[in-house]
Amino acid sequence: MNLEQLSVLDLSLAAVLVLALGLVQLMMGLGLLRSLVIGSVRMTLQLLLVGLVLKSLFEAANLGWVSLMALVMLALAGYEVTARQKRPIKGWHGYGIGLLSMGVTAATITLFALIVIIEPQPWYTPQYAIPLLGMILGNTMTGIGLALNHLTQTAWASRVKIEARLLLGQTADEATAELRADALRAGLIPTLNMLAAAGLISLPGMMTGQILAGAAPMDAVRYQILIMFLITAANGFGSLLAIHLGARRLFDERARLRLDRLGGT
Amino acid sequence: MLLEARQVATAHSPPVNFTLTAGTVLSIFGASGSGKSQLLRALADVSPHTGEVLLEGVAQTAMRPEQWRRRVGYVPAESGWWADTVVAHFTNKPSQSWLDALSLPADLLAAPVERLSSGERQRLAVLRALTVNPRVLLLDEPTANLDDHNARAMAQLVLSYVREHNAAAVWVSHSLEERLRLGENSLEIHASAIIPPPGNQPHEP
Repeated sequence: MNLEQLSVLDLSLAAVLVLALGLVQLMMGLGLLRSLVIGSVRMTLQLLLVGLVLKSLFEAANLGWVSLMALVMLALAGYEVTARQKRPIKGWHGYGIGLLSMGVTAATITLFALIVIIEPQPWYTPQYAIPLLGMILGNTMTGIGLALNHLTQTAWASRVKIEARLLLGQTADEATAELRADALRAGLIPTLNMLAAAGLISLPGMMTGQILAGAAPMDAVRYQILIMFLITAANGFGSLLAIHLGARRLFDERARLRLDRLGGT
Repeated sequence: MLLEARQVATAHSPPVNFTLTAGTVLSIFGASGSGKSQLLRALADVSPHTGEVLLEGVAQTAMRPEQWRRRVGYVPAESGWWADTVVAHFTNKPSQSWLDALSLPADLLAAPVERLSSGERQRLAVLRALTVNPRVLLLDEPTANLDDHNARAMAQLVLSYVREHNAAAVWVSHSLEERLRLGENSLEIHASAIIPPPGNQPHEP
């Protein structure tokens, strides 16, 4: 089976659906037309751009360009983690914690998958490396963002409770034990839902893509299982690291709760 | 000298000096917003501050923070409760005589925190701090939600703890009558000593 080509007309027909949605909302007095149009145009441009980049990247297939692409993806994901926080950790610490915890885990796990498990020749073959890193980053970005958001927002709201524990002689670690466990749970819930829904409620995107491209279903399923494990591990370790670093930043060297290090809304 | 404060100041409280001998209570008063709570927070080392605090000659910075806070116990005006039941907040159970002294029934320990009245919270918060066996107790208006009978009982309990354990207490109180009951040591904090930065009024949390 060959992939059916999509013409510009085909895509325009799909875009008309979104436009119709915008018009219906406009008539109902919900001013979302603007956001829908901007979001749709932005998405189209981003994807066309990445298509061009991938095309030349696949032709070059050179370790330097693949690494550069990976770094750009990582930097953007690091920014997205902090951008969605209600009470982000202020300054370069906030960006650094998201970037470091995501970078270390996503890079380690992607490299492990490429070099030890999938073993394409060469190991940095962009057709494998870039989509793999993209899927892992996209998921860890959400997980780490949720975990950090829970950590900082709950710490902000529980100042009196946390300080009460410090005042009775607990260490910062003891006073935040439940908070850190809850933040980890918040970060992992989307992944746990994904694991539970896989195959039954949703056919995961990569598997669908491979099947559309003509792969045998059992081969596509094996890749999907691999990705699920990689995403779960990356998300879990990334959230753990982010919570550890974030919780340390909430206290100073005298174990005082420093909510002044969190930004406002 | 049990506790010594040298030029202790925070962003919202003026520099303060005092010494505290064992067996005594120092009462602190001053207008709202003068920085009394901020001073206590600095003494317990839960707020960044300048100046030096010494406990029996040992500097605050020379002790691990959790160790310091066990010895210099602070009970803020608003007490924090993080677990479901009252008893989960106590490392050591309070003695029956302490519960009796504050007219608290013993079965209150098993009660859920949400069922406590504000007066019960306040009394239990002081007991919770006392069971850690502090050398110095810092109390921020500990009788604000108590009736006169319980307020007197609280003063009695703190005075007897301080005398029996050769400890000391710092007690923020607005009432002259209460301060007289606690002894002759008192300290007034003047808000005028702090110059608020423009557009940023000092405040008590």
